[in-house]
Amino acid sequence: MADTARDPPPAHTDFQELEDGEDLFLEPAVIQESGPASLPAEDISANSNGPKQDSLFDDDPEDLFAEATEEVSLDSPEREVLLSDGPSPAITPITPPTSVITPRIGLAHDDMFTHSSFDEIEEEEGGDSFDMHISVSDPEKVGDGMNAYMAYKVTTKTSMSLFKTDEFSVKRRFSDFLGLHSKLASKYLHIGYIVPPAPEKSIVGMTKVKVGKEDQSSNEFVEKRRSALERYLMRTVKHPILLKDPDVLQFLESSELPRAVSTQALSSAGLLRMVNKAADAVNKMTIKMNESDAWFEEKQQHFENLDVQLRKLHASVESLVCHRKELSVNTAQFAKSAAMLGNSEDHTALSRALSQLAEVEEKIDQLHQDQANADFYLFSELLGDYVRLITAVKGVFDHRMKTWQKWQDSQLLLQKKREAEAKLQFTNKPDKLQQAKDEIKEEIEELEGKVQQGERDFEQISKTIRKEVSRFEKERVKDFKMIIIKYLESLVQTQQQLIKYWDAFLPEAKAIS
Amino acid sequence: MMEEVKEVTPTLSVHADNIKVTEVLKEGDTLTFIIVSQKLSGTGEYHVDRTYDDFEWLQQHLFSQEDVPGIQGVIFPPLPAKAQVNASAKVMKQLGFLGLEEWQPYCKALENFLQQIAAHSILCKNKALEIFLTSSDPPGRQRVRKNIFNRLSQAVVEMRKESHKDVDEFFQTERDHNLVLTGCTKTATERFLDVVLTEQKIAVACGHFSAALQLCVEQGEDPDKQAFSKACVKLSEVFNSMMKNMTSVAENNVNTLGVGLDLESRYQEAEKEMLFRRTCKLVELETARRNAEKAKPVKKAAMEEVKKAAETEFDHICGVAKQEIAQFHGLRVKMLQQALVQWCEKQLLTAKEKADQFDQHLQAFRGMA
Repeated sequence: MADTARDPPPAHTDFQELEDGEDLFLEPAVIQESGPASLPAEDISANSNGPKQDSLFDDDPEDLFAEATEEVSLDSPEREVLLSDGPSPAITPITPPTSVITPRIGLAHDDMFTHSSFDEIEEEEGGDSFDMHISVSDPEKVGDGMNAYMAYKVTTKTSMSLFKTDEFSVKRRFSDFLGLHSKLASKYLHIGYIVPPAPEKSIVGMTKVKVGKEDQSSNEFVEKRRSALERYLMRTVKHPILLKDPDVLQFLESSELPRAVSTQALSSAGLLRMVNKAADAVNKMTIKMNESDAWFEEKQQHFENLDVQLRKLHASVESLVCHRKELSVNTAQFAKSAAMLGNSEDHTALSRALSQLAEVEEKIDQLHQDQANADFYLFSELLGDYVRLITAVKGVFDHRMKTWQKWQDSQLLLQKKREAEAKLQFTNKPDKLQQAKDEIKEEIEELEGKVQQGERDFEQISKTIRKEVSRFEKERVKDFKMIIIKYLESLVQTQQQLIKYWDAFLPEAKAIS
Repeated sequence: MMEEVKEVTPTLSVHADNIKVTEVLKEGDTLTFIIVSQKLSGTGEYHVDRTYDDFEWLQQHLFSQEDVPGIQGVIFPPLPAKAQVNASAKVMKQLGFLGLEEWQPYCKALENFLQQIAAHSILCKNKALEIFLTSSDPPGRQRVRKNIFNRLSQAVVEMRKESHKDVDEFFQTERDHNLVLTGCTKTATERFLDVVLTEQKIAVACGHFSAALQLCVEQGEDPDKQAFSKACVKLSEVFNSMMKNMTSVAENNVNTLGVGLDLESRYQEAEKEMLFRRTCKLVELETARRNAEKAKPVKKAAMEEVKKAAETEFDHICGVAKQEIAQFHGLRVKMLQQALVQWCEKQLLTAKEKADQFDQHLQAFRGMA
């Protein structure tokens, strides 16, 4: 995953700043300076994604792709690349990218948090009942033509003390959701938190809506998107850490939100993301990690397998949904022809029965549609969500590898410096010797610090991932079970309805004579 | 010289309503049908094996009964199109419902064909039927002389006669009505077939999903893994149930309403053919009348003869046709009612069974959580 402006975490000075209660959001310039000259793998990304360059892209009024979004299918090769999972350098100017490990927590707690405190929070939430419900509703078209967009009402109902009121709503558009995800990803992905991916973009779907086509397919598209946005928010707030993030709180509560302009797929920022992802893919291939922890090896394999299986299931369900829709169409056609037959029929009782038949078939058609919706919204979308989630999980594992790499690189460098120091003893320029010795000593000290930090980071991310994976697996089981029960309930209901229809028709059929 | 024994009008020696096509066997490329009928006298059965060619032989014999007055006014029970092993897509499309479910509906259609002939007051008297049902040897697979009733062989120019205005209001109404019904029934049958084919596709898709779920079972003692695996297995069972449900629903559709609509459709076509034959005769009669009128004195007597013959034949045909039409109206209502009732009953039964099953799955699942 593109680990862009979030370079190696700033030196230990960061923690001190934290404890002093200072603003955690460092100036971009600061980060750049502390960026090492020494990590080649990171450099490529770092330099090309420095915040300086961001400002060039952010508010480009000439950007022709301003409103463009790109249709991304689950299996398209660009999919990996275009997902806004990766922390993007091109985030809105308001919240500059940081490598902060401990983001500011909002209202509930006064003191600043360190790593250990995260554990506290999570333990608090552990047995606690999560009482929060978010609904996304009332899609409303705002504006005209190609500049139009859909505004959704986001309503939060909760009794948690984190919020000022029990129930509140705001209006958000799709790019706001993408912007939120972008921010969260940039803050948390690289330290091992599984940030739920945002719903997919779609040029075709949105264009239809903008152009004003009020047909069934654009209605379906809006509904599909609305549902996806709701699921996305619920997943995000179910995460005990993400819930407390100020960006999340701001998203849910504040009536005005600055526009996230750089989330468009075809924007220059989007293209930049593409480049980053490509670079990362190459980097990933070159990192050979000595995995000392069998747990991680096993889990990575597990997620690879799960990915393959879920994709298969998803394809299977899509095929099923497609056929059900076809059945609905065919049933409706048959109903019409049965009605015509009834109308042409002389024999009164037979004519009546045939007309009733047409009605029954129409009702059954409705049942087919409902069933198709259940198939789709329950299974297809769930499976799709999880395929995307697993990509985020894999990303987190990748970050761990990168963190390990950084640590190893620092160690290597330290070793080299130590060797250089040793060599200095044999130099024959005594006047420069002391100066060189001092310089090297400084560098060595700095590197020692980096190595320690690298080791800490690696341990921390490993610990975080273990927790996250455990949470993820539990959620996965819960999610699937809940969906299955909902599905079974819909099946049972459909059958009951069907029985009613047949029961009503039978006397009609018998009455023909 | 031996006095020619006057042949007694042959009667069928088996029960008309108990003729069954019990089996279909594939022998290379041909399909062979086993036909069982019950002897009228005493207990005993006839078991014979026949191929499609034998059925055609029977049909040809029925068509070519020129000595029976008004034979052209008969609505002949329709014989389904020829069934083949490894039939082409075109043939399968033509067969429609009859080509599904391992030829079971096809056997039913043949059965119906034989039963209707046996129950027909005129047709049951034909020797060919007796031979067909009782002779242990196949009735001879030689082609009988060309079927004069075969519409397909009629010249295109004859098709114009179809819209020839009738002299009798009863028949004109019947012709008009038949035209409408034939079209509607054909459309309804085709559309119902589409429904059934899609249902079959859904059954297959459910089966695939069920199989894919089985592959998601994970080994290990991890409680989450075990829970997920259990859920997958259960869901796989559910989709297996759904597959069976869809298969049953499709089967029910084919065996009751599908077959019923198909029969109705073919019978409507048979009536259409009869009405056309009568219309052709009408045209012939009107021509004969004109000829007789315009004939020069030399030919007048001959023309009058022709005219008289045509009139007689036409009257016979109309007489038979009127009866046939009345019977047909009763028959088709009965057939459709039967089809609709059976359809509804079967679907109701399947729906109830499945509702129980799904409910059980739901309870089991809730118990798991």
